[in-house]
Amino acid sequence: MKLTIDRSDLLRALSHVQSVVERRNTIPILSNVLLSASSGSLQLTATDLDIEAVDAADAQVDQEGGLTAPAQTLFDVVRKLPETAEVQLEFLPDNQRLSIQAGRSRFALPTLPAADFQTMNKDEGTVSFSIDVADLKRLIDKTRFAISTEETRYYLNGVYLHVAEGEDGAKLRAVATDGHRLALSEIDAPQGCEGLPGVIIPRKAVSEIRRLIDGYDGVIEVSASEAKIVFTAGRAVLTTKLIDGSFPDYARVIPQNNDQTLKVGNVALEKAVDRVATVSAERSRSVKMSLEADKVVLTVNHAETGHGVEEVEGEYAGEPMEIGFNARYLLDVFQQVDGDEILFDFNDPASPALVRDPTDPASRYVLMPLRV
Amino acid sequence: MGGGKRGVVATCCYMARLFGVRSAMPMFKALKLCPNAVVVRPDFDKYKTASRAIRASMDSLTPLVQQVSIDEAYLDLSGTEKLHGKAPAEMLGELQNNIQRDVGITVSIGLSYNKFLAKSASDLDKPNGFAMIGKAEAREFLAPRPVDFIHGVGPALARQVSQKGYETLGGLQMAELKQLIGLFGETGLWLHERANGIDKRPVDPRSERKSVSAETTFFEDCSDKELLIDHLWWLCEKVALRSKEIGVAGNVLTLKLKTSDFKTRTRRMTLTRPTQLAQVMFRQGQTLLGKEVDGARFRLIGIGISDLEQAGADMADLIDPGALKRARAERAADIAKTKFGSNAISTGRGIRVQADRQSRKQSDTQKTSDQTSRHKDT
Repeated sequence: MKLTIDRSDLLRALSHVQSVVERRNTIPILSNVLLSASSGSLQLTATDLDIEAVDAADAQVDQEGGLTAPAQTLFDVVRKLPETAEVQLEFLPDNQRLSIQAGRSRFALPTLPAADFQTMNKDEGTVSFSIDVADLKRLIDKTRFAISTEETRYYLNGVYLHVAEGEDGAKLRAVATDGHRLALSEIDAPQGCEGLPGVIIPRKAVSEIRRLIDGYDGVIEVSASEAKIVFTAGRAVLTTKLIDGSFPDYARVIPQNNDQTLKVGNVALEKAVDRVATVSAERSRSVKMSLEADKVVLTVNHAETGHGVEEVEGEYAGEPMEIGFNARYLLDVFQQVDGDEILFDFNDPASPALVRDPTDPASRYVLMPLRV
Repeated sequence: MGGGKRGVVATCCYMARLFGVRSAMPMFKALKLCPNAVVVRPDFDKYKTASRAIRASMDSLTPLVQQVSIDEAYLDLSGTEKLHGKAPAEMLGELQNNIQRDVGITVSIGLSYNKFLAKSASDLDKPNGFAMIGKAEAREFLAPRPVDFIHGVGPALARQVSQKGYETLGGLQMAELKQLIGLFGETGLWLHERANGIDKRPVDPRSERKSVSAETTFFEDCSDKELLIDHLWWLCEKVALRSKEIGVAGNVLTLKLKTSDFKTRTRRMTLTRPTQLAQVMFRQGQTLLGKEVDGARFRLIGIGISDLEQAGADMADLIDPGALKRARAERAADIAKTKFGSNAISTGRGIRVQADRQSRKQSDTQKTSDQTSRHKDT
């Protein structure tokens, strides 16, 4: 293998795939990235056996071939090269090393044979459809914060992507929950996705997909089967195994009859919650919201670490009520709201609250209250 | 001690120490060094009762009592002289006598002007001792002592300090503070202070507990998953009970295992929500345990919670409607236990472990009494 490539092209492709590689590996080749050079392009592949990421970049290939080299080191080296550098990559058969040359810098990294690299079986997707990159970004961004990290409920460790019947037709819907909060976002179902089985995309794959499509402008091809899903963005392809489990029936969790609505400035409330929560030393920093006709009073009270109160103007037509929430969970939701205002629909202090963004009717959030 | 041949020495009398027995020593080793030792099974309920009685007498002297462990506490007696009409030394002398009379145990007391020296003084004259270190003689008293006299200097640090040429606290007293900081960083400042008898830590009655945990050593090394899980449940119940007693919940769960070749495996996880419930610790603990059961034989298992905070109300779960019900069931069982005794309600697992331990205990007692009779013979 021998080729010349622009540093920026190489870095972009590498950065798309290298984060799939786990930092600690007992199998040495899993720390490596596969480099395959053929007819004018260099293809890079990384895997952790559950996720496989592939990207390619134009290159002047003098000699075709493939090898694997340490992903982290290669990435760090390329990252530190001057921005406009031209990089020469060459396999040195004598000592089985990958030579990297750019300007006056020269590196030689150990390699392992390309033939030993584990690539994922490509089973035929049963459903294929295209999705606008902005839509996919939104489905991910609005829900990923609620993904659970609890291993005992592994079926919550991802985003549940499925087709659901909405009020005005079929929707492609993403849902994530950790049992304390739930996030839901949907788009009009893209053509061809009707047969999509409900799939749970693991958390790591969700961040890798998000990384891959960042800065990409165009349409993403999605192909899914029972066990795998493939996202294709131009030359970049991410294949991931799905979580083998069934996502709980989340629909019954979404409050239907919460009729006591609070309308309040999103930024004002966010800042106030952040301020009063400062005095709580605990992780589950609970903030009490006292709802009154024209305002909401936020209180944090802790026997040892102190007391904080702030009033925020708002419109509330329901019964006066005191309800508590985990400050972090509130702040996470505020982050999702694009508009100036945020809507809370309450039932009673012990029941889940529905949170909405008036500018984004396609997304909904559910928060479980804490008892205060 | 614990569990006959499998246990370790929890503590030992001063006679046994003369034979080289130390706490945390495996029992078989201790008995080799001191074959005539009488091995006594610990009875924590008894110790707790005694500890509470002692605590009450300490509280009558000052509100500033910092209990460090079941058998150790600091008292700040400054300003109490007028109140009690006698000097601290007198008060403490009476305290010592009262404890011996009322509780029936001896205690050692160290009196000084800060915690470090009070602790050091209490170690000087054991058992049933009383030692004082005054401000005027503190530096002189410390000067000839080795560096590891400082509570908290272990073998590694002692070696490091002696490599730099400081063998005694006197040597550290002579050294420039700047130099010590240059050599040892923040530890340098700490060494300088202690060597000169300085300790600014206040006696803090609210000094917080960092974790709640329980562990047990098996009678025989164990690699059986079901048996490990049974013990895990039993330990979770113990930790939960203690957490509920003191009103704390933990954010971090830690599983501890010790293999038959004495290697410790510690696995921890951050919980999504702090807990004091046995069922939550058990469910999450099982996940941690599952990854460790790989055929290795274990001699010890322990579970604990840390990163503690004040326990709040149990929470409902959005997608697990049973979670709150189960939490309530555990609370109801707790109430039944306080009314009718700790065995009033138990799970199958709990009963299995307890029955097992009970039968072992009987055969163990046999062993213990064997040792007692041998002791009498000699």
